[in-house]
Amino acid sequence: MIVSVNINGVDRSADVEPRLLLSDFIRHHVELTGTHVGCEHGVCGACTVLVDGRAVRSCLMFAVQADSCEVTTVEGLAGEGGEADLHPLQEAFREKHGLQCGFCTPGMLMTLVPFLEENPSPTEREVREAISGNLCRCTGYENIVRAVMHRVEQGLTGEARAHG
Amino acid sequence: MTTSSRKVKSNQHLIGYPQRKIDGVEKATGRAVYTDDLQLPGMLHGKILRSPHPHARIVGIDTSRAEALPGVHAVVTGRDMPTPYGIIPWTQDEYPLALDRVRYVGDGVAAVAAVDEDTANRALDLIHVEYEELPAWLDPWKALAAKGSYEEGHYIHSPKKDGWNGNVTKKVRLEFGEVDGLMDSSDVVVEGEYFFEGTTHAAIEPHCAIGSWEPDGVGHAGGTGGAGARDPEGDVALDPAGAPRGGKLTVWSSTQVPHYLHRELSRVLGVDPARVRVLQPLVGGGFGGKSEPFDLEFCVGALAMKSGRPVKILYTREEVFYAHRGRHPFHMEYRTGCTADGKLTSVDAKILLDGGAYASFGLVTTYYSGQLLCAPYEMPAYRFDSTRVYTNKPACGPKRGHGSVQPRFAFEVQMDKLAEKVGMDPIDFRRANFIGSDTRTVNELRITSNGFLECLDAVEAASGWREKFRRMPFGRGIGVAGSTYISGTNYPIYPNEMPQSAVQMQVDRSGRVAVFSGASEIGQGCDSLVAYIAAEELGVPLEYVRVMRGDTDFTPVDLGAYSSRVTFMLGNAAIDAARKLREKVQEAVAEAWEVKPGEVLLAGGRAHWAQDTQRQMHIREAFNLAEARFGTLGATGWYNTPKDVHGEYRGGTIGASPAYSFTAHVAEVEVDPETGVVTVEKIWVAHDCGRALNPVLVEGQMEGSAYMGCAEAIMEAHVFKDADHGREGLHGGPSLLAYKIPTSLDTPALESLIVESIDPEGPYGAKEAGEGPLHPSIPAVANAIYDAVGVRMDRLPFTPPRVWRSIEAARGAGVLGKPGFAMEAGG
Ligand code: FES
Ligand code: FES
Repeated sequence: MIVSVNINGVDRSADVEPRLLLSDFIRHHVELTGTHVGCEHGVCGACTVLVDGRAVRSCLMFAVQADSCEVTTVEGLAGEGGEADLHPLQEAFREKHGLQCGFCTPGMLMTLVPFLEENPSPTEREVREAISGNLCRCTGYENIVRAVMHRVEQGLTGEARAHG
Repeated sequence: MTTSSRKVKSNQHLIGYPQRKIDGVEKATGRAVYTDDLQLPGMLHGKILRSPHPHARIVGIDTSRAEALPGVHAVVTGRDMPTPYGIIPWTQDEYPLALDRVRYVGDGVAAVAAVDEDTANRALDLIHVEYEELPAWLDPWKALAAKGSYEEGHYIHSPKKDGWNGNVTKKVRLEFGEVDGLMDSSDVVVEGEYFFEGTTHAAIEPHCAIGSWEPDGVGHAGGTGGAGARDPEGDVALDPAGAPRGGKLTVWSSTQVPHYLHRELSRVLGVDPARVRVLQPLVGGGFGGKSEPFDLEFCVGALAMKSGRPVKILYTREEVFYAHRGRHPFHMEYRTGCTADGKLTSVDAKILLDGGAYASFGLVTTYYSGQLLCAPYEMPAYRFDSTRVYTNKPACGPKRGHGSVQPRFAFEVQMDKLAEKVGMDPIDFRRANFIGSDTRTVNELRITSNGFLECLDAVEAASGWREKFRRMPFGRGIGVAGSTYISGTNYPIYPNEMPQSAVQMQVDRSGRVAVFSGASEIGQGCDSLVAYIAAEELGVPLEYVRVMRGDTDFTPVDLGAYSSRVTFMLGNAAIDAARKLREKVQEAVAEAWEVKPGEVLLAGGRAHWAQDTQRQMHIREAFNLAEARFGTLGATGWYNTPKDVHGEYRGGTIGASPAYSFTAHVAEVEVDPETGVVTVEKIWVAHDCGRALNPVLVEGQMEGSAYMGCAEAIMEAHVFKDADHGREGLHGGPSLLAYKIPTSLDTPALESLIVESIDPEGPYGAKEAGEGPLHPSIPAVANAIYDAVGVRMDRLPFTPPRVWRSIEAARGAGVLGKPGFAMEAGG
């Protein structure tokens, strides 16, 4: 089956098996390896990407289901300008040590981006709820929540520029 | 060489201050490369066929149909790798693939490499294995009591001597002081029985390895291990008889121990170690779960050698659960005595460790189950009697806080019980037994810096302990616990006198510093650490430091990320290398300025004259002067542990560390007496890390540890089915759905309180922070539950049914309620 998606602003199409997972399509066919697979069955959230602006678990979706959709992966968050052009949330995760091994980080970011667009000034509790489907084994979540609240306090969550 | 007393000369204000991690951007942008992110040209996919039986003899394996399947390039079985291996040289009892017997559901028996995953899976279905089932030993007590023969399956392993029980991995009984006499004369003795359920690491990245075989020699170390010039010695038979000659094996792996993997790959696959290269991409979490060689690493090597193509194996999440090597289930009995005024007198422990199918680190675990308990409290007499048995379950091994988390749980609950009996506040009780600094424990371990009292002060003040303990309403409680942990081990896993950690550093004409580090970055930040040290010592901005890492072809040996050794050992090695270079730069600049070398400061990207800081030059110029004066500038630095610091008895080297960290936790909980649900509201963690080289990284370790400990207290259980509950030996739920780990909503608020005791031998005074802070979480929660509802929880985890049953039992006995406030009289 032919699947055509726009990933991070670039049109990609491929002839794939109907049962190919979106996560495998992204990692192996498009070769964007920032999207990680931790559990293969929708529990850890590491594989979260945006499909038409909504956060989805790419391991729970077939590639063909994303046909003619816009997909944003973690690679699509930052602008072209390198380090100076990080998404404010990426900057916050780096600044406030919201990551250790970094394996959960792409999924965390892709869950938080649409959440903060909808709710630019959440409480800490709301942030914890928002990421409660993303498992992190390293941080105890403390620095992740801190990173987000840091941005919230700076009022910098609204300028999210996903969907590159 | 390492000298003692690393005084901080903070010209740079890097060390001791919050810094960004050097890999933060790549990790936040998805550019970070983990093993499974690598694709090599022509790469095949490997899969391992696993045993459905917990214990069986392999009668025969027929792989012919799999080999004939189009798309299959190689099949291997145990016969292709008949050399036993194991991380501990004295207990090598496993094979990359089972030879003639499988010992747990999930034991590997054959492996295939095929053009894609589907073909590889189909090939597994075509392999026929004939098994003869043997009795399964799932219960450690039954395994311990077994009698009979290895051949008939009464024993999981062949006994080392005739008449011995082949189900016993290790037995350790050590006694220090007059245990029985002092116990008998104690004013108060508390006895308790405890059970610590097994738990597993559950790093979010599954294990992955890629093997590649190049037939044409060592070549040059290109980016992906590409073949280069033919080794002139390529045809000389350096390798053991029968092994492929002259080629080169490269393995990429998500390992915590590239050096040990390097050794074992060479030995088991019969390739000269000079022809083996191990690369370690970034690792997505380890926690001890990737700290020994695993079947997939040998299989990718063997399959690559056989097929001539690169082979990747990525564990499924289910395989990760079966690979395990996690926390051992411990059955523990403790007797603890003290005087009427609260001084410990004697401690007596009997422990049974449920080890699973193989030894893994079990010899060390068995020692650690007793050896690491002798601080932070003074113990006049101590005995432990620990036995590790094999069972037909996945092998247990080291998980964060290896071997000492379980006894610490039991012992700190014992401490709470004693404090109550003598009418003392449990924090005061711990203070009263403080062992002090610059001393020896009863088992002769050398303690240097010790900030445990400050840890107790910090959690007491921050938690509002005095207003809360025994004073909150029924259902709310607060508990305390303390602990200690090693900063690496004085003796490496295989006996040798070589350095435990080393780095190579070079400065170039651009002002850049290149650091070649063999240390294992698993998220804890050791790549950043060497960069901070290089920048601090050589005065360059952090951006001028490049860390080259994770490749045994061009980094010196560091033994790996385990036993909390990295900061202490790598840090000292990095300081050693950097200072050798700094001295040369200072000398060259001093000559040019005609001043004393000691007056030349390197900071902020410049060399300054201490007498007049207006006199300065760019660091690049300073490096160029030094290069002109001394030739090309490079230095190696290394650290080795003191080898004369241990106990003078058999086993006295195990547990010996150059420095010990100390921790105190206070946990506050809410217990719902109607449902048994325990909610941990907050944990205050005070940790003596010696010196926080980057306080934010230290806090991250403290919080991650407390989270993981709290998870073991309230929810995690790595359990297996028995014959009455499904198929014997099957994992209870090998998925992240069934094996519950805490989400952001289950995790309590965590407050980190850093205590700095400035260790005399640590780098700038630092000690470990990665494992110690896990220990007290569990007993602190147990003690808090007691404060809340007056019920002692001696079995882990404290799940709602278990807590509810205990509460109901207390209710039935008419003793449910807040414990009395007995300590007002005594404390
Ligand atoms: S890999 Fe998709 S949720 Fe875990
Ligand atoms: S940073 Fe390692 S899993 Fe989250």
